[in-house]
Amino acid sequence: MTEREKIFTRIRDALKTQAPMPGHHGSSHKPHAISEARNAIAGARQWLPDPGADSAAWLEQFQKLSAELKTVVHLCNDEADVHSKLRELALAEGWRKVAAHRHPLISPAATAIALPALETDGGYDANEMAKCDVGITACDALVAQTGSIFLTTRSAGGRALSVLPPHHVVIAHRDQLVPDLPAAFELMTRLYGENQWPSMSTLITGPSRTGDIERILVLGAHGPRKLTVFLI
Amino acid sequence: MSDVAIAPRAQFFEDADRITHDTEHRRRIQTAMGKYYVSRYSRQALFRNWQEARQTAAETKWAALKELDKHLEAFERNATARGTQVHWTSTGEQARQVIVDIIRRHNARRIVKSKVMTSEEIHLNQLLEQLGYDVIESDLGEYIQQLKGEPPYHFVFPCMHLSREEISDLFENHLGTAQTHDPEELTMIARRVLRQKYIDADIGITGANFVVADTGMISITENEGNARLTAALPRVMITLVGIEKVLPKFSDLALFLPMLATAGTGQPLTGYNTMYAGPKQPGESDGPIEWHVIFLDNNRTALLADPQQRDALHCIRCGACLNVCPIFKNVGGLSYGTTYQGPIGSVITPHFRGLQDWKHLSGASSLCGACTETCPVKIDLHHHLLHNRRNAIDEKRGFLEGMLWRGFTFLINRPKLFSLSIKLGRLFQPLHALVKGTIFDPAAAWTKSRELPEVAHESFRDYWKRRQSK
Repeated sequence: MTEREKIFTRIRDALKTQAPMPGHHGSSHKPHAISEARNAIAGARQWLPDPGADSAAWLEQFQKLSAELKTVVHLCNDEADVHSKLRELALAEGWRKVAAHRHPLISPAATAIALPALETDGGYDANEMAKCDVGITACDALVAQTGSIFLTTRSAGGRALSVLPPHHVVIAHRDQLVPDLPAAFELMTRLYGENQWPSMSTLITGPSRTGDIERILVLGAHGPRKLTVFLI
Repeated sequence: MSDVAIAPRAQFFEDADRITHDTEHRRRIQTAMGKYYVSRYSRQALFRNWQEARQTAAETKWAALKELDKHLEAFERNATARGTQVHWTSTGEQARQVIVDIIRRHNARRIVKSKVMTSEEIHLNQLLEQLGYDVIESDLGEYIQQLKGEPPYHFVFPCMHLSREEISDLFENHLGTAQTHDPEELTMIARRVLRQKYIDADIGITGANFVVADTGMISITENEGNARLTAALPRVMITLVGIEKVLPKFSDLALFLPMLATAGTGQPLTGYNTMYAGPKQPGESDGPIEWHVIFLDNNRTALLADPQQRDALHCIRCGACLNVCPIFKNVGGLSYGTTYQGPIGSVITPHFRGLQDWKHLSGASSLCGACTETCPVKIDLHHHLLHNRRNAIDEKRGFLEGMLWRGFTFLINRPKLFSLSIKLGRLFQPLHALVKGTIFDPAAAWTKSRELPEVAHESFRDYWKRRQSK
């Protein structure tokens, strides 16, 4: 018998005895029906924090949480507006090299900055990317409920581009903002479906952070110290 | 079962005694926990209904375990379809062997790790270091503990017991950096050292928070970005995970990720929640060319076979039960001598490493139930501590304790003898002062830090008799 078969045999033997439903231990809570539990997540939306009723409220919530998380959000009128703001940022922070990926929103922006640029498509040298001052990416969705950015290897130029350079810039359209996590996961399933999944999807909530030393918040533990979102 | 040099029980009592008397240590833990309470409970209050969310999470985990075999098969099918290699190991020894084989096959020298609690369980670092590999922990807290040569103090906050001065000394001794007491500068020292390690590493080892069955994904939760770098740059990625971490559906994460963040650290969502679906796919620009997912049993099926305590496998390792536990706050994380500290550790360690060796942890509890109350997946922790005590006695009755109870039963069934013994007790109690605190004191364990109550001047029986005769 292989180790795999041994483990599965032990699991099946163990599961011959049923465990009591949760919520029976001295609690007065009446358990849901089992079939309801299986579909519980569709209903779980109603227990999560309230993201607001309409897109204006979602935007407000996204901005509020971003401020708490130290994500900088710029509302922009159009792409030209994004480009001029990006040029200001490049000047202010003294960028010398940028990293980006091929994308209808990102490529023109990288060109507009007029600095040497590394493109991740088709592979790159990690040592070169480590020298870049900024990684500029698109994303799949923005989540109002948690102030998060949902992106994948496919939508954002690979695994490292959004985490290795010290500053991560995201350019997105306002209609990419979804109210809550259940909506974000539904959207991802719709976009990538079964067996179309990119090898990595990630929910980014603020710049990289740690509280490991005396529980004091420090930004930029390993990933980006800064996270900036341009919302068109 | 035990693989430690001194008996776990003796070590626990010795360390717990020492730490409990260390007021500076206790002050530091209290401060850290104070910050946790504020952020956690204000974040929890934003949920429209936290109690219903807990119930849903508990039921989802219950349903996941009920069909654990099917979910694991589904994961394997979906993951291997994209080129992931899945391994099954029953013991720590087997898991270590699989990992060493992968490292050897790739002629790897340098290994970078993100937080992997299961690797602490199987003592992976010790083995890899013995074999001469360059292994580095990349989570800041774990890195500090690695430099200190100490296991993590708390499985979510690994070095919460250290002051910035101690960390500065550690960096000075090991890295030759200048002294600084600024947490930001200390973090940046680690950032500089570790950055090149990701780029140079041949192999990245990660843990997993959730195994998603219907999409064949592994979900990893972190704040620093070290796990993302570990999974992005090295050409081979290894993920070590316990078989119980299953969630049936991708969409289940929409509930579990915010609950883990809220209960763990009081955040709306942890910094990075990353779902891996395979090694580098055609058309992608980076990522490992090989991804190995190693499932570890290590007696988890023994716990699964106990329907009464099976819900301990619901645990999402948020660490909330440690943070609220009065025992943890007084004895500290290292005293436990276990990979998983606090109430959850006291519940599961006897199943993983032997009931008789680890039953003392279930005794170290006030049974206040704060752990059960705070648990986001409703594990009945404080009752499980009682179950462990009962099971330990059923399995092996101590001779002295047995004698004591038989003696007590004998006495309590004989009214005259009982009444006489109380009178004798009253008579002899003043003599206790002569031996109090010495090795001849039969109540030494109690009187070390407390007074023995005085035997009543009049027993209830005598009082009743006197009252009736009036």
